[in-house]
Amino acid sequence: MTDYIEILIDLGYIVASILFIIGIKMLGKPERAQRGNLVSALGMLIAVVSALFECCLSFSLVIAGMVVGATIGVIAARTVKMTSMPQMVAILNGFGGLASLLVGWENYHSAPDSNLFITIAIFLAILIGGVAFSGSVIAYGKLSGRLSGKPIFFNGQQFVNATIIVAILLCGAIFAYNPAGSFSYVIFIVIIVLALVLGVLGVIPIGGADMPVVIALLNSYSGLAASAAGFIILNNVLIVAGALVGASGLILTGIMCKAMNRSLANVLFGGLQAAVSKEGTGEVQGEPHPISPEDAYYILEAAGSVVFVPGYGMAVAQAQHAVRELGDILEDNGAEVRYAIHPVAGRMPGHMNVLLAEANVLYDQLAEMDHVNPIMESIDVCVVIGANDVVNPAARETASSPIYGMPVINADKAKTVIVLKRSMAAGFAGVDNPLFVKENARMLFGDAKASLQQLVAEFKEA
Amino acid sequence: MSIGLLIFVFILAIFLGVELITKVPSQLHTPLMSGTNAISGITIVGALTAAGTGADTVASIVGTIALILATINVVGGYLVTNRMLAMFKRKDAEQK
Repeated sequence: MTDYIEILIDLGYIVASILFIIGIKMLGKPERAQRGNLVSALGMLIAVVSALFECCLSFSLVIAGMVVGATIGVIAARTVKMTSMPQMVAILNGFGGLASLLVGWENYHSAPDSNLFITIAIFLAILIGGVAFSGSVIAYGKLSGRLSGKPIFFNGQQFVNATIIVAILLCGAIFAYNPAGSFSYVIFIVIIVLALVLGVLGVIPIGGADMPVVIALLNSYSGLAASAAGFIILNNVLIVAGALVGASGLILTGIMCKAMNRSLANVLFGGLQAAVSKEGTGEVQGEPHPISPEDAYYILEAAGSVVFVPGYGMAVAQAQHAVRELGDILEDNGAEVRYAIHPVAGRMPGHMNVLLAEANVLYDQLAEMDHVNPIMESIDVCVVIGANDVVNPAARETASSPIYGMPVINADKAKTVIVLKRSMAAGFAGVDNPLFVKENARMLFGDAKASLQQLVAEFKEA
Repeated sequence: MSIGLLIFVFILAIFLGVELITKVPSQLHTPLMSGTNAISGITIVGALTAAGTGADTVASIVGTIALILATINVVGGYLVTNRMLAMFKRKDAEQK
């Protein structure tokens, strides 16, 4: 009888693993993504039910824990605003990492004299889980504006980080050698603290615009931490699911780095910052051409094709609905409207897509950078909304620019460019943008949402 | 279960993950990330055991906190992903 149940439980885990694999596969296809998410959720349900058959001596704590967690999860998911999605993903990711850390802790506390393999797995779970947790909390703070989005540097930063890593490895070796020793629990706690500090120090030097890379990387860590937890409790479903997430997070990280033409090391250790201070690229010549909303209206009114390029400024101004309203009016006016999205626009991978989708922009109108650039010269008007570095032609033209080589949307090649911007301040990278002073560029200063609403009003009056 | 077999499974799953994710259109990057983030909440299986079999009070408390956090990760992650994906619409779908 017992054997029979054990086989059923294992079968449940196998089915769950398969559903995760199918679910992730479907998440990569626009038409099937939503179903893919449900498939993977079904896998999770099966895994949890299977685990309930073997997990517990007492169910009171288990049920209480799940009810509390589910309630918080539902409320958070229902109430979070779409503009707050980056920090939501970051904090959920942090919870997953901390959960893996605590699973490692509980297992060590209950059975400190496990074999070497499990002890190493415990070490990895608390290390990776700890870094994923504290790193995600800092990322959450930066994304939600509770902490400054600016990169934070201090003297000897690399040295401090390296020292902590060496200390962690040293503690890990001592811990693995004798996990049940009288002093070992102290070392165990020290490792946790050091891992948490490492996560904080790892994320503070990373600026707002590099956040897409960091979130993807932390996502990968929390997956690997779950895998490590799987090695502790010798459970394949954790190992498989954790590895899938770990790998997919790494792939996304790579995609984000490529979109910025920077290596992962460069992003993590703040190479851009160094480049900026070295260059002093204040050599942009010329005057911007400011225009009024009325002028902008006349330009747009006559346009046969319009491309919107949204950036983080659109998210800050919460202007996505106004953008879509203007886009619809332009379409009714006979213009062909597209939305060109740079892979790292915003604060997380795909950030702009989510916001525009919230505003009901159909995704057939969303265009990737590589599809828009070849046709940019035939576009009448390109409207840049709160984007800066991702449309900076210096990345193409100025070899001395810190962002030289980064693929950008060639907004300057459109016949006319209208830039919605608060002021002439430089973008995150601190680089001047020659686009703003080009002959075909017009600056519409002010809050992006207000400017768009004025444009909409102009069209309605006409 | 032998240790070698577990590592074997882990490595195969890493390769599988890499194969699954290449070539995802950028518009799906956020849902993909939050969807896989929900999957990393699989540590809930470990947390269930931790909360249900704790050797003493400390172990039970640690296990229960792990379970609460993992459940938030799983439930919140799937719901939020679903909310985002529900917003992605196509022209033909809207006309129906």
